[in-house]
Amino acid sequence: MLFYAFAGAAVIGSLLVVTQKNPVYSVLALIASFFGLSGLYVLLEAPFVAVVQIIIYAGAIMVLFLFVVMLLNVPREDAAEWDRAHPLYRPMAVRIGGALALLLALELAWALSRTAGLGGGVADQHPAVSSVAELGRVLFTDYMFAFEVTSILILIAMVGAVILAKKKEE
Amino acid sequence: MISSSFDAIIPMLCVALAGLVVLLAEAFRGRDEKMPIGGLAIIGLVGAGAASILLWNRNATSFGVVTADNFSLFVNLVLIGVGILTVMFSSQTIERDGIPAGEYYAVMLFGIVGMMLMGQATDLLVIFLALETMSLAVYVLTGIRREQQQSTEAAFKYFLLGAFASSFFLYGVAFLYGVTGSTSLDRIGTVIAAQSMSGNPMILLGVGLLIVGFAFKVAAVPFHMWSPDAYEGAPAVVTGFMSTGVKAAAVAAFVRVFLSSLEPMITDWAPVLWLIAAATMVLGTVVGVAQTSLKRMLAYSSIAHGGYLLAGLVAGNDVGKAAILFYLAAYALTNLGAFGVIALLGTRERANDDLRDYAGLFKSHPALAVLMTFFLLSLGGFPPTAGFIAKWYVFSAAIGSGYYGLAIIGVLSSVVSVFFYLRIVVMMFMTDRDARPVPAPITTVAYAGLVLSLAGVLYLGVLPTAVIDFAQASISTIF
Amino acid sequence: MDGWGGILLLAVIGVGFGIVSVVLSYFLGPRNPTPEKLAAYECGMPPVGDARERQSVKFYLIAMIFLLFDIEVAFLYPWALAMRQLSWPGLIQITVFFSILVVGYIYIWRKGVLDWGPEYDPDYKRPPKPGPAVVKRYRYGTRN
Repeated sequence: MLFYAFAGAAVIGSLLVVTQKNPVYSVLALIASFFGLSGLYVLLEAPFVAVVQIIIYAGAIMVLFLFVVMLLNVPREDAAEWDRAHPLYRPMAVRIGGALALLLALELAWALSRTAGLGGGVADQHPAVSSVAELGRVLFTDYMFAFEVTSILILIAMVGAVILAKKKEE
Repeated sequence: MISSSFDAIIPMLCVALAGLVVLLAEAFRGRDEKMPIGGLAIIGLVGAGAASILLWNRNATSFGVVTADNFSLFVNLVLIGVGILTVMFSSQTIERDGIPAGEYYAVMLFGIVGMMLMGQATDLLVIFLALETMSLAVYVLTGIRREQQQSTEAAFKYFLLGAFASSFFLYGVAFLYGVTGSTSLDRIGTVIAAQSMSGNPMILLGVGLLIVGFAFKVAAVPFHMWSPDAYEGAPAVVTGFMSTGVKAAAVAAFVRVFLSSLEPMITDWAPVLWLIAAATMVLGTVVGVAQTSLKRMLAYSSIAHGGYLLAGLVAGNDVGKAAILFYLAAYALTNLGAFGVIALLGTRERANDDLRDYAGLFKSHPALAVLMTFFLLSLGGFPPTAGFIAKWYVFSAAIGSGYYGLAIIGVLSSVVSVFFYLRIVVMMFMTDRDARPVPAPITTVAYAGLVLSLAGVLYLGVLPTAVIDFAQASISTIF
Repeated sequence: MDGWGGILLLAVIGVGFGIVSVVLSYFLGPRNPTPEKLAAYECGMPPVGDARERQSVKFYLIAMIFLLFDIEVAFLYPWALAMRQLSWPGLIQITVFFSILVVGYIYIWRKGVLDWGPEYDPDYKRPPKPGPAVVKRYRYGTRN
């Protein structure tokens, strides 16, 4: 029951993101969608992911989105015009894209229908890591190398952000 | 735990430390101070190379997710070679193009760390992290000339499509984890083999998504759309770096995942990869013929070479594995050399990468024209260059596994590709027009880099046995 | 699912308070609008121009760097909770992780990304002032 509430919120939020004309409304709808996802994570007994979803996605990333909207500051009418003129809106592209999306959905449905009798898979073999302390323990023992590599990844992102977005020196 | 051995990550550690030092040096650099930052990068790379050689035959593993078997060490050495040559060419071009040196080298070194990790990781999650590390670095390098619209556009396209491909890859990892309960390649392999799951749709879906992710990075045909734009828009040296380094790393991980843990399912994925490989070879060649920009033409050529590499993967036998390694080395040297020449001929305002810009090159820059000729011949697969042996080796692997059709397609497309490589050679030697803006005189370091690549190309072409033995020794320890 | 009841309650009260306030004031509040009252509230000043002005790219850069450090800090939380179990190895790992990112921080700082004021020009010559006072000039900011 709760699942459907959260999933519905997430899906409706995402639909609103795509259909809104005003980009700022899209961004706000995206926040609603993120909250729905966060609720789903709670149901999956992943509280840490749920909280991180709120802090990082609904917090930091949304700020970034808003700044981009402000930075570009496309007037609504221009944006609509651009939308119509965009090559991706040509009927051929829309049809092919739609067909591919449908194909992916069908494949997923096929795979899911075929695996109904397969059993829980992961859930049977691993107890859920639900407490954050337990997560910390796993992260810093089994996944310690991956954790350290993440820092390099973040560092590249930092340097990249600075060189690509900073004002030119000259 | 922390007490586990660090041996296997020493090569990466060297490069990462060099990257950190470069970044700090850049941070504390005075306003107009010049620093030998490229030298620092080379020191780190040479250290990593030495470490890789010392680790040979030791089969070290670290943290349970990183291995330093001979296969990955061979790939490491190729990547280090790519790094060193790129630094040598960059020494001339970054100043000319006004690229911020410190950041450029730091990002490049971190990118090499990601590439090395691609080859060394034995866990899908770590492979994904490595993939992201490598890709992020390359996106930044592609767009590093911000004042150029083309460069920015290329970076943007590459980034958007690359992010998509990464999510496909991650989705595939999730499916495999869902069924087997592990992201470790060993575990996945044993679970799949033990339970004969090859018909399991979840696994098939996961494998399919993994193929999408890898094929994107290798620029194999249905997923190659990004590469001509990205290769053309990026600065020429960066194009050389990404067309060799990214490809080598992605192929290494591709081979490791598919020929170790997914080996039991070879009958499921081999036909798919057969199709992808054939389409890649044909399309890369045919479309390449129609290009007028040299960079774009070499981009398609690089797509076609991805197809030859995949042919070795489809073959899946020992010859194929060794052939892939040899091919990676040969292709890296050749392609870097070719892009090095293009980079050196450019000027700040204009890349000079149009085919007509090469008319009469022999008159104005005889040495460069001769070097370029050798690289092009090697790309086309003429004896006595590295490209010939590499192609012959790959096709013999395909025939060895009974894939006659694939070998025939490969040979035919190489024959067609000769047309466009020779067209450039004819342009350089037999036409007279010379109206292109004269590039700055070429520095010794950059020349040395070109000569080094040429020496490598000829060495691999004339005396390939040592490296072939080396490649065969590399694959004997795993799989 | 234990312990989430409180959070749910908090969310319900938070959202409910907002809704109840708006609805109540809609029904209870007296309404006699004047043009002044209908104008957008901007600290008592009459509002000028569009609210959606083009922002500087600087905001964007800061937001991006904030995001990256936000991710970094998110990793601190599980570590802090498991700190006693992990003991020294855990501390070493988090130190390595942070040291690598501190390099990035130093880089950002020295590059002047965090400088917000007008740019400092080291070649700027202060016009001579009358009087014997020696004005010491401090270097601040960075040399980009």
